[in-house]
Amino acid sequence: MNLTQFLIITAQAGMLVNMMLIAAAYMVLAERKVSAWIQNRLGPNRVGWWGMLQSFADVFKLYLKEDIVPAAADYKFHALAPVISIAVAITVYAVIPWSGPLIEIDGVQYGLAMAPDMNVALLTILAMTSVGVYGVALAGWSSNSKYSLMGGLRSAAQMISYELSMGLSIIGVVLICGSLNLVEIIQYQTANGWNVFYQPLAFVIFFVTALAETNRAPFDLPEAEPELVGGYHTEYSGMKFGLLYLAEYGNMLASSAIMATLFLGGWDPVPFIDEAALLGLDPYSLPMVLIQHGVFVGKAATLVFVFIWIRWSLPRFRYDQLMNLGWKILLPLSLANITITGIVLLLLN
Amino acid sequence: MELQPLLFLVFALGAVISAVSTVTRKNPVSSAMSLVAHFFMLAGLYLTLEAQFVAAVQVLVYAGAIMVLVVFVIMLLNLGNEQALTENRGLRSTLATLIGAVFAVQIILVTVAEPTGANALPSRAVEIGTTESIGQSLFTQYLFPFEAISLLLLAALIGSVVLAKRHMK
Repeated sequence: MNLTQFLIITAQAGMLVNMMLIAAAYMVLAERKVSAWIQNRLGPNRVGWWGMLQSFADVFKLYLKEDIVPAAADYKFHALAPVISIAVAITVYAVIPWSGPLIEIDGVQYGLAMAPDMNVALLTILAMTSVGVYGVALAGWSSNSKYSLMGGLRSAAQMISYELSMGLSIIGVVLICGSLNLVEIIQYQTANGWNVFYQPLAFVIFFVTALAETNRAPFDLPEAEPELVGGYHTEYSGMKFGLLYLAEYGNMLASSAIMATLFLGGWDPVPFIDEAALLGLDPYSLPMVLIQHGVFVGKAATLVFVFIWIRWSLPRFRYDQLMNLGWKILLPLSLANITITGIVLLLLN
Repeated sequence: MELQPLLFLVFALGAVISAVSTVTRKNPVSSAMSLVAHFFMLAGLYLTLEAQFVAAVQVLVYAGAIMVLVVFVIMLLNLGNEQALTENRGLRSTLATLIGAVFAVQIILVTVAEPTGANALPSRAVEIGTTESIGQSLFTQYLFPFEAISLLLLAALIGSVVLAKRHMK
């Protein structure tokens, strides 16, 4: 890596972080709008046209708020926890293949993705998901409040339990595509059809575990309001609370994008059809790459909508139900999925 | 300008600092988090040496699974009293310091006496570091040790289930 490459990658990182923050702002708006429609309300519509600036006003308000730290809290970790949460959420964005190559500098192609050709991209995503527990667990522990601690412990146990099924459900996809490189997985799906048709069970398992990993309803026990006030972020205020909140939405978009990559063909617009030949475009030309980028973002946005839809439609699980679902249903199912996929692939070859 | 040697230095320095902080912190959570930082620095070192798979697994297994459990237990036990946790300087710590010093001298002697001289990574390093090549050698050349370790892990797994179930009737 030379200095030019380093500078370009730094610029890409800055761009991705800002894209993520703006996307999170509009996901919060979408959450409020969709929940309003589901509950037959109007939702925010005063700040900007159709409430478009509502999230920015909220963030501005959070910046102006007093930062209250409980007297008995461990200040160092209380401040560190939101940083860990948001850093982990952003790191995942580096390996997501947002677009194909857009420009070429010094013979190296660059797109919106920072490390699209990373050999272990999928493992990196799993690693960062598992590290995300620290943010929530530390936030709960350092606040020195019973509600926060309960929230932190619940989320640590929940994330450890569901991470296993998540990792195992991906193995079916890896078996079929023969690669951990996300771009190669997308290219395989472009040529052979989307993985969701070959791995429907893995897709369902991954979706359920993604809901649990992002602490979204019906698995939002770490912040269950009726029992735990606000769960792990009860004792947070101001922009520290804002960062924990942002990280949740950042994780939601990241898991949606990963699902789109692994199961829904990534940036391939229609399964089983060669769009580039149909439109008479070179598959690596700029218009085609831009269309693919739009398709990818569209798929991720649709999945985010499903996340929101589920949150406002389903009641919360009880804690023992959550653990039973994770260990007694999802884990055996994902193991069976690997066995069956392996046997079928062996017979086909 | 190549940035890899510079990054290697940054990660090496970070690894040493976080390792020292792991043993010197009095607060158990501080210690645990320093160890997590140390694992990240090690992963960075592996990346600069083109060992992508080892780097990812380092974070996934050590930082993401093992240390999460350690932090989980520390939080559950809620070890508040830091004074009670400080060890007395007895025979054990003196012995440990002595052995540690011997090891440190040995490492310095070996590196001074026989410098490896390898300033550049061999060109095969990139191939060796990939998941494919590690999987290939794991399932062909090292199949027996791999299966033996699997059996060992299975035994440990069953053992922990038995221990946990003993009091549940």
